[in-house]
Amino acid sequence: MPSNTLQGQGNAGAAADVRASGPRTSIRFLLGREAREIRDLDPGLTVLDWLRGEARRTGTKEGCNEGDCGACTVVVVRPEDDRLSYRAVNSCIQFMGTLDGCQLLTVEDLRQKDGSLHAVQQAMVDGHGSQCGFCTPGFVMSIFAMAKTYPACPSDDEINDILAGNLCRCTGYAPIVRAVKHVYDLGLPEEFGAEDRTILAALGALDDGRDVELAGVNGAFHAPASADSFAATLLRHPEATIVSGSTDVGLWATKQFRRMDRLVWVGRVRELDRIEETPDTIEVGAGVTYSRLAARLGDLYPDFGEVLRRLGSVQVRNIGTMGGNVANGSPIGDSPPCLIALDATLHLRCGAERRAMPIERFFLAYGKQDRRPGEFVEGISLPKPRPGERFRAYKVSKRFDQDISAVLGAYRLRLEDGVVRDARIAYGGMAATPKRATAAEQALIGRHWDEVALAEAQEALAHDFTPLSDMRASASYRMAVARNLLERLLVETTQETIETRLVGQRSLAHA
Amino acid sequence: MLDRTQAPLPEPHNPDPYANDTQEGAIKVPMRHDSAHKHVSGEAQYIDDLPEPSGMLHVYPGLGQRAHARILGLDLEEVRRAPGVVLVITGQDIPGHNQISPTNKHDEPLLATDLVEFMGQPIFAVAATSRQAAREAARLAIVTYEDLPAVFDVDAARPEGRLVTEPMVLRRGDAQGAIEASPRRLAGRMVVGGQDHFYLEGQIALAEPGEDGDVRIWSSTQHPSETQHLVSHVLGVPNHAVLVEVRRMGGAFGGKETQANMFACLAALVAQKTGRAAKLRLDRDDDMAITGKRHDFVLDYEVGFDDDGRIRAVEMEAAARCGFSADLSGPVTDRALFHADNCYFYPDVRLSSLPLKTHTVSNTAFRGFGGPQGMVGGERILDEIAFALGIDPLEARKRNFYLQDERNVTPYGQVVEDNIVAELVQRLEADCDYAGRKAAIRAANAKSRVIRRGIALTPVKFGISFTATHYNQAGALVHIYNDGSVHLNHGGTEMGQGLFAKVARVVAEELQLDLDRIKVLATSTGKVPNTSATAASSGADLNGKAAQAAVRKLKARLTAFASKHWSVPEDQIVFLPNRVRVGAEEIAFRTLIKQAYMARVSLSATGFYKTPKIHWDRDKGFGRPFFYYAYGAACSEVAVDTLTGENRIERVDILHDVGRSLHPEIDIGQIEGGFVQGAGWLTTEELVWDAKGRLRTHAPSTYKIPACGDRPRIFNVRLLDGVENREDTIFRSKAVGEPPFMLGISVLHAISDAVASVADYRICPRLDAPATPECVLTTIERLRREAQGS
Repeated sequence: MPSNTLQGQGNAGAAADVRASGPRTSIRFLLGREAREIRDLDPGLTVLDWLRGEARRTGTKEGCNEGDCGACTVVVVRPEDDRLSYRAVNSCIQFMGTLDGCQLLTVEDLRQKDGSLHAVQQAMVDGHGSQCGFCTPGFVMSIFAMAKTYPACPSDDEINDILAGNLCRCTGYAPIVRAVKHVYDLGLPEEFGAEDRTILAALGALDDGRDVELAGVNGAFHAPASADSFAATLLRHPEATIVSGSTDVGLWATKQFRRMDRLVWVGRVRELDRIEETPDTIEVGAGVTYSRLAARLGDLYPDFGEVLRRLGSVQVRNIGTMGGNVANGSPIGDSPPCLIALDATLHLRCGAERRAMPIERFFLAYGKQDRRPGEFVEGISLPKPRPGERFRAYKVSKRFDQDISAVLGAYRLRLEDGVVRDARIAYGGMAATPKRATAAEQALIGRHWDEVALAEAQEALAHDFTPLSDMRASASYRMAVARNLLERLLVETTQETIETRLVGQRSLAHA
Repeated sequence: MLDRTQAPLPEPHNPDPYANDTQEGAIKVPMRHDSAHKHVSGEAQYIDDLPEPSGMLHVYPGLGQRAHARILGLDLEEVRRAPGVVLVITGQDIPGHNQISPTNKHDEPLLATDLVEFMGQPIFAVAATSRQAAREAARLAIVTYEDLPAVFDVDAARPEGRLVTEPMVLRRGDAQGAIEASPRRLAGRMVVGGQDHFYLEGQIALAEPGEDGDVRIWSSTQHPSETQHLVSHVLGVPNHAVLVEVRRMGGAFGGKETQANMFACLAALVAQKTGRAAKLRLDRDDDMAITGKRHDFVLDYEVGFDDDGRIRAVEMEAAARCGFSADLSGPVTDRALFHADNCYFYPDVRLSSLPLKTHTVSNTAFRGFGGPQGMVGGERILDEIAFALGIDPLEARKRNFYLQDERNVTPYGQVVEDNIVAELVQRLEADCDYAGRKAAIRAANAKSRVIRRGIALTPVKFGISFTATHYNQAGALVHIYNDGSVHLNHGGTEMGQGLFAKVARVVAEELQLDLDRIKVLATSTGKVPNTSATAASSGADLNGKAAQAAVRKLKARLTAFASKHWSVPEDQIVFLPNRVRVGAEEIAFRTLIKQAYMARVSLSATGFYKTPKIHWDRDKGFGRPFFYYAYGAACSEVAVDTLTGENRIERVDILHDVGRSLHPEIDIGQIEGGFVQGAGWLTTEELVWDAKGRLRTHAPSTYKIPACGDRPRIFNVRLLDGVENREDTIFRSKAVGEPPFMLGISVLHAISDAVASVADYRICPRLDAPATPECVLTTIERLRREAQGS
């Protein structure tokens, strides 16, 4: 593998590729300040295994190999709006090919030029933020990304969100949170300066707009650069695995040893990375990460934003996409019930052919979606809130943060003078697919929204669902919670002084 | 940055020549974890980070897929033919003994041969040229089983009642008679769940073959000596052929006290058979499936008490799911009984253990070692009494505290000599305004339809010492080199608890040297032999004293030499920071060392320590198993959503006794971390097995330890100041590893208090653990039904 210094040949390499015809047959990225180009790639190779193996950077640790503990956290740097964005990701479930065009920073990159510790590292030392030390590099990288993102010290609640994807078993987190605050006392090195401009230029040079296609003995990796070539690639290879954030597909490799014969990555398709708005709708491209989406969606539907705040972790939301969540079709995905309750529309494309459908019709059965071979999710459009509408979404899980829902209820009510004019209700975790509660909806529509209507809607849920028991919750708990969440909905939409929430922005309850 | 909550320097208690020296010693600056700068930079090396020897093989166990079955056939052809596979070993290929029971029960084969007794039990191991190849090959075996009846939990195991080890009984007086004669009596049952250690660094061992059949092993183990002994047992070689080394573990919490042995043995076997280095690192899911956990218990209790809430007698049976083998279940269930009294005097008492055999992974040590499970039973009894009489649970507790001169003997005959619980609780109660906040919470709950709050203050008394008396010994080895720098070896292992920093501080204090002159080396069976596990919170107590003994030998030699060399009386040789006063002159420490070397003074010494005063007769259930007790108390406030059972910790105040702290920052870290781990055990951490005995919560996606947002929103932790250990421990400090874990019990009781509000505080909620949202909601629904029925 050739490796060049940053200033040395980055631009020259790009120029050479532009002259060549056809797709580029390598992936290129910066490892710290060093340019790397890889031509022979096992598409299922994770960034973590590459770092610890071939790159011999052992500071990044493997804790769980499924994206849940954060010990493997690294920072991926990409240009965003002419600035560098620093995103913490779990390297254990990130495939190497998805590094194309980025700068990869690991804990080894943080020391300053004089060899002294970075402010984030020093703060962790000063604050006794490490005990066994195994989770520490991951925390350091999450806090480093935070420091690059938040100019002033975040609130305690924000810190909890930022660190939700990093598990520590020793400290109880208190000293780590103190260290986070101490980072801002120490002052951060290098604001946007010469170093950043150099990186920005180097990354710009890597961004050649060409399709990437690598074929090796272990399989092929495609990173098409446009929607048309994405569509064409899937037509040529309808059996290929489409991968977006790899928060699920990554586990197929690390836990199930599934061969990744052909991966097609969504991440470089520019058209899919867009959020577009009309006066009545917001259209979200399939490649838009939760991190980019959360704020805007939260403005429109605060509770949708609250669901996304608790979906996975920063590391997961930085690579995971709503498109992937929907296409994957899991019965316990968090966005589908919200999208069903909002009557969102799913846009699919196969070659040049496009179709759209109400999103609830996409989920046919457990693990089976209405997606044809070669077809892909292009985007999802959601209506904007209309007057009189109330939207609520409630996620219930064993742990508040970074946990898969036992039950997620999503509700859109249109109320007029205390009467339910329209109701759309959907639940996750209650059936083999995310599913509407049509009987409960019918029990409410046209009724005065009160305890009597509530009781009938609660009874109706028994017609809508026959949930299962598993390690997250029993069937009876799921049903009890599904019923009780309707009560929470009633309280929140009719009795504004009653406290109903333990986490998040508690004021949202009666927004 | 941290508030210093304790006077910074614990002076040595024994008078010594420099105690009154006013000059600041090098050790008097705030200290950090000795590896902190390496942790944060990624430079701290864990075993998987070590450069891999060339030709190294990767080992992976092949796991049985039945909970209880006879193995009729084991076809390993596909495994052998898989790409990269170099060697496959079964129980038949073991040159020594196919046994790794740490307690000599001969009930735990390294590799199961004709019987599997839990889902995931290793039945063979494969060595291959890559870890992935080994992992994939390990799944290719074709095993034929004949299923046998299996029991998975206490309820299922109880009828047949097969035990993995001898139960224990602690008794005084006639408990049953006294209960029957009591003005009031009640009985109940508490179910308390287990816990996975979830050390961030999974199990791992690296073995390198040497000459003469020797093997050197890097193991992530809390007990290098036991690992050494078991490897030699399995390989059929003397102990001296096996060297075990551990620099640091990425967390352990008891989960690497015995559980690391299997992996060290398998790696060593492959190294011995192939002549190549061999590494075994488990994947997280397999780690959680095939290593032991905290025992879950069912506690059946009966208590007789008077109208004032004073206990007359207690009976409790503590039944534990031990898994398929004894492992440490004997001492774990013993310790549950030792702590079923917590801080309370039981006049007549009968406590018995039931260590049940189940077809699940063999449960093992975990911070507190059964003590927490016994203690929650005791605390439940106190809550029952409070509800029965309609008094505050804290008041019921206070009325039953051990006293100083009477009502001060435990159910096992040890006199509680160092009791400070009443004063400690009183201080915390006042500092955190327990009463005022409780009244405010009750008033607010009366008006709150959905969210209810609760508050509870619970104390902890935890016995310090291994109950296996012979374990209470330690050794150290100290070298001083020509330039005055020091090598320190001791038998304790570093798992993040800061042991190395604490023992280094002892040496620094004794020699008055800067810490950077002292290097603590990896724990090695070649340096200090026959060590005990770093466990039972004993690491600093034992190894600190051993290191002190070694250093004092060296100081005595140096003092004698200096006295003779410079013709100055010995009492005029004084060790000062980095220098030594010899009569009227001061010389650098290194100068003294150089001179001593030239005069042929030995600059290397061993130190040894054994805990005094302790003795224990298990058959009689009588003795003094503990050198002393550590105390603490916590007040927790929680909020509960009565529609879903979701709950969170709003505020916690802790006051904890560490004697004269060896290291306040590290001690506070142990308290904060122990509390959160204890709270996790009792709330979100739920182990779920399915009907086939397969663990369904085998990864962080399904097993939920506390995350950052689960720590208390307000978290006040203070060390009890102005106290010292009345026993002669190292600098009069107290052990801190395990006791704070049980401060988390206050969270369970705070949730219980919130839940009780739905029945107007008239019914004891009898909230079991873990108090997951489901468990809490189920309890709320039951209380509402009972309240309507009554």
